[in-house]
Amino acid sequence: MKTTALNAGSASSAADPKQCSRQGSIRTTSRINRFMVSPSVLVLALWMVIPLSMTIYFSLIRYNLLYPGDNEFVGLENFQFFVTDFGFMAGMSNTLLLVGAVLLITVVLGVLISLLINQAFWGRGVVRILLISPFFIMPTVNALIWKNLLLHPVSGVFAAIWKFFGATPIDWFSEFPLFSIIMIVSWQWLPFAILLLMTALQSLDQEQQEAARLDGAGPWALFFHLTLPHLARPIAVVVMIETIFLLSIFAEIFTTTGGGPGYETTNLAYLIYSQALLQFDVGLASAGGLIAVVLANIAAFFLVRLIGKSLTEKQ
Amino acid sequence: MLSLKQRRSLNTLLLGVLAWGVALAIFFPIFWMLLTSFKTEIDAFATPPQLFFSPTLENYTLVNERSDYLHFAWNSVVVSFGSTIIGMMLAVPAAYSMAFFETKRTKGTLLWMLSTKMLPPVGVLVPIYLLFKDTGLLDTKTGLVIIYTLINLPIMIWMAYTYFKEIPKEVLEAARMDGSTLFQEIWRVLLPMSKGGLAATVLLSLILSWNEAFWSLNLTASEAAPLTALIASYSSPEGLFWAKLSAVSTLACAPILIFGWISQKQLVRGLSFGAVK
Repeated sequence: MKTTALNAGSASSAADPKQCSRQGSIRTTSRINRFMVSPSVLVLALWMVIPLSMTIYFSLIRYNLLYPGDNEFVGLENFQFFVTDFGFMAGMSNTLLLVGAVLLITVVLGVLISLLINQAFWGRGVVRILLISPFFIMPTVNALIWKNLLLHPVSGVFAAIWKFFGATPIDWFSEFPLFSIIMIVSWQWLPFAILLLMTALQSLDQEQQEAARLDGAGPWALFFHLTLPHLARPIAVVVMIETIFLLSIFAEIFTTTGGGPGYETTNLAYLIYSQALLQFDVGLASAGGLIAVVLANIAAFFLVRLIGKSLTEKQ
Repeated sequence: MLSLKQRRSLNTLLLGVLAWGVALAIFFPIFWMLLTSFKTEIDAFATPPQLFFSPTLENYTLVNERSDYLHFAWNSVVVSFGSTIIGMMLAVPAAYSMAFFETKRTKGTLLWMLSTKMLPPVGVLVPIYLLFKDTGLLDTKTGLVIIYTLINLPIMIWMAYTYFKEIPKEVLEAARMDGSTLFQEIWRVLLPMSKGGLAATVLLSLILSWNEAFWSLNLTASEAAPLTALIASYSSPEGLFWAKLSAVSTLACAPILIFGWISQKQLVRGLSFGAVK
């Protein structure tokens, strides 16, 4: 195979009788090529267009599965109801708090931890494995292990630690429900930040670091002038990908608090779910769904641009 | 006074200890879950929590009787492998054509595929639920396979694409010169040359489908419910089966945890859409 590869390379430069047939074969292949990407494009297009246009349609009509009627056109009434509903403000602020807090925690700790393990020490491979493990735990397991084994006010590990230090154990999910969710979700997503930042750190120019150190740069100067700028792009990637996933956090809330107490842990995703599948109000839930789409698109816009840029850099 | 060299090695030692401490703290919930799965229910609920106890395998032997574990595990296997196989059959040709036969539209197509991933599931929950209800796909494995294939396809295409990009075009052209058919070119040349990357793509798809917990909770009831849904059913407050919950969770997470450990380095590429390598 190797020799033929070499031959092919020289054949393209020399005037070779094979040249013509090769050109011809490439032309046929590029027709097949178009065909080969089209199944994926087709299914993804259907996946985008059909449900989304249905959501738009539903959001404009009165449609409740419990009260079958003539589904009349109501314009933006659903949006108005959804936005003025008491749950909406709670849902929006909880969504933003959840996303913001988890981003802050995972990025800050992610940078610190990936720097910490970016040097040689005994058992580094094992430490890496331990650190990234939570990312592979399914969200429902994550939620229930934390809720029961760790955060339970009587028999949880945290309660034991609090008692050990003479403090009164905290009933996490009733006293600090949203904070508990933030803690659980951060635990799941911190490894994602570590994994990406750790990988990015490995491509950091060691010689440049060494040169700067010889020039008398202290650790802080090194961090702020070399390491942090190098990490800027991976951090941006972490922020945007996490934002997209965190905007739709659902299972962790579903299995622990069910959105409560009251609306205290209801985020936009959970609010729409409860409107759609618990109250059967299709119109209202669809209006909420579209608002979620718009929110996600704001984050997606920047992510797509950033990744598009890296796509051109490569070529 | 310590010499500079001694101080430096002391620093390394301390940072190493700190790294181990952080890692153990982050891993602790998983360790505790594993430990609890070997306790009796009484030990599991003991106050304060027991670090030392007489271990039992009872939870693992009872898991299947109590909750029909194998039924849910089988659903998880079928759904994640099914969607991964179909996904790869769609993704490999698509990535091949975009990596080796670039046109003006390739970049746009790739970014558009990525943008489908940005659609929040709640935005289309209602129509998908109603469509599934009308077509009888609600609570079926087929339904979940369709959804998982669609949500993971962009990631799989991207990941395969970045690996294919690293293969010199000339190698494939040479195979073509030798008279290989398109199928032979892909099967005998492309796949063997990118098997590491494609294996990582498969693993990522398996991990994501196995752990998916929005659609599985909303679209399945009992018939097609995978492990994520089985574990969610343990959230009901009646009866505290912590030891059994831990045993089921350990069984459900172990294979994926191992897949994740194996492919950690390659996963970065898929998870960041090729932006971090």
